[in-house]
Amino acid sequence: MTALPAFAATVPDSGDTAWLLAASALVLLMAPGLALFYGGMVRSKSVLNMIMMTFGALAVIVIVWVLVGYSLAFGDDLGAGLLGDPFQHFGLSDLMAAGDSAVPTILFAVFQGLFCVITGALISGAIADRARFGAWLVYVAVWTVVVYAPVAHWIFDFSAGEHVGGWMANRVGVLDFAGGTAVEICSGASALALAIVLGPRLGFGRDAMRPHNLTLVMLGAGLLWFGWFGFNAGSALGANQSAAVVFAATLVAGAAGTLGWLSVERLRDGHATSLGAASGMVAGLVAITPSCGSLSPIGAIVMGAVAGGICAWAVGLKYTFGYDDSLDVVGVHMVGGIVGTLGIGLIATAAAPTGVDGLLYGGGADQLGKQTIGVGAVLVYSFVISGIIGLIVDKAMGFRIDGEHEVSGIDLIVHAETAYDLHATAGARSSGSGLFGGLHSGDHRDEEDE
Amino acid sequence: MKLITAVIKPHKWEDVREALETFGVTGMTVSEVSGYGRQKGHTEVYRGAEYDIALVPKVRIEIVTEDDDAEDVVGIIVKTAQTGRIGDGKVWVSGIETVVRVRTGDRDEAAI
Repeated sequence: MTALPAFAATVPDSGDTAWLLAASALVLLMAPGLALFYGGMVRSKSVLNMIMMTFGALAVIVIVWVLVGYSLAFGDDLGAGLLGDPFQHFGLSDLMAAGDSAVPTILFAVFQGLFCVITGALISGAIADRARFGAWLVYVAVWTVVVYAPVAHWIFDFSAGEHVGGWMANRVGVLDFAGGTAVEICSGASALALAIVLGPRLGFGRDAMRPHNLTLVMLGAGLLWFGWFGFNAGSALGANQSAAVVFAATLVAGAAGTLGWLSVERLRDGHATSLGAASGMVAGLVAITPSCGSLSPIGAIVMGAVAGGICAWAVGLKYTFGYDDSLDVVGVHMVGGIVGTLGIGLIATAAAPTGVDGLLYGGGADQLGKQTIGVGAVLVYSFVISGIIGLIVDKAMGFRIDGEHEVSGIDLIVHAETAYDLHATAGARSSGSGLFGGLHSGDHRDEEDE
Repeated sequence: MKLITAVIKPHKWEDVREALETFGVTGMTVSEVSGYGRQKGHTEVYRGAEYDIALVPKVRIEIVTEDDDAEDVVGIIVKTAQTGRIGDGKVWVSGIETVVRVRTGDRDEAAI
């Protein structure tokens, strides 16, 4: 992410503004993309809940972001670069009038809010099939305020003029173009803590919890890649050379990630799988997220391929350590985010938009050290605070559904819906609508409080 | 009257149906089922995790015939569905007490 460009020739710049409007819509598309990507990976009895966790997070985070999240992340620093002034842009009301930046600040606020949406939604992959919907919404609202907003302030809020931003970007000089720390590591570490708090799915490691619809997974992965161009190239905050270089890196890394993962699979398991192709593509994109502004296209090939290979290995860690990160948020996003963020310190080139050479380009170990600080800080902070929120929500209202309901399927018990009606003989008959006939007391409805 | 039940490989069902139609069988009930015998299941791999999938998809055919036709029908099914490889399936014959045609109320042989 670059600082919001100010004092352009024409205010606002129509080209820059048009691109950021489109880029914001692209980032929004990543939410349904993620919902399909995740939804296809769970069993057919819980696909709706998986999709609803993303759509629910989208709705809650947008509101929280507009009210206080944006101010916490991008308001004037309260001190030490840790947090912005929570009341400065309350409700974004002060951003209605035109300012002096090339892109309207309210558009920047919306774009950044959508980053928070996708980060929060990513976490849900670690707690598939077993979380109460209301508890998830409460978690994600609190997480937006106390985890995401501060971390976004640290890395995305640049000091400019009288405005003082976050410590990582301004005092340390950590490079993170589009969110290897705030988005990828933050979501992965938050997810790891939450998976531990909730505990594994019943039958984890014993039952075959195979994906119920890989065509949905592939479609979702494709939509994610498409949206990722808005995510990364939009982070240039303008329609310019930086955006174009970043766009190219985003294309290249997805391709290289696919090949990296498939190579590991072919050698280790004997087959190149469709789930592997989708996962490798995402792993490559995760790693290029922080580094897209710092690498050459050749560097992006290396970054994508290495991330694809490492993540293909990292998704097996949950079986070694026994945490049920159901859809591999840790193995793909946390590990891929670390690879991408640290990798900047190794293979960054000064010819790229961020203008810094990494260790292998003769820049010394200086940048690598800065990157390590950024990775460590976000990793520890996200993990600890997410775990605390999870524990409090669990104590206060209960985070998990009943074991019996988990086994019979969360869709029916939490949402009173079935994803697929494939049989003519389901025995379904209308019992009068809730509006006109009152609620029918089917045997599953009176058991659930959702 | 006999009830003939056959569990066969799904890709053989069209051949079996054609052969039975040529013989003169006018109707049957067909279901997609899953099960396993000596063929066992197979292995699938998702993100490096191997799963043993025990059940194999099969097609189950049910035909009611007169006593005299039963052996011929069984012979046709076995001959047509046979590939010689493991997992070809099974055919069995059981006796039936009564058959009623729902539309007319016809009973037994008249209902077949």
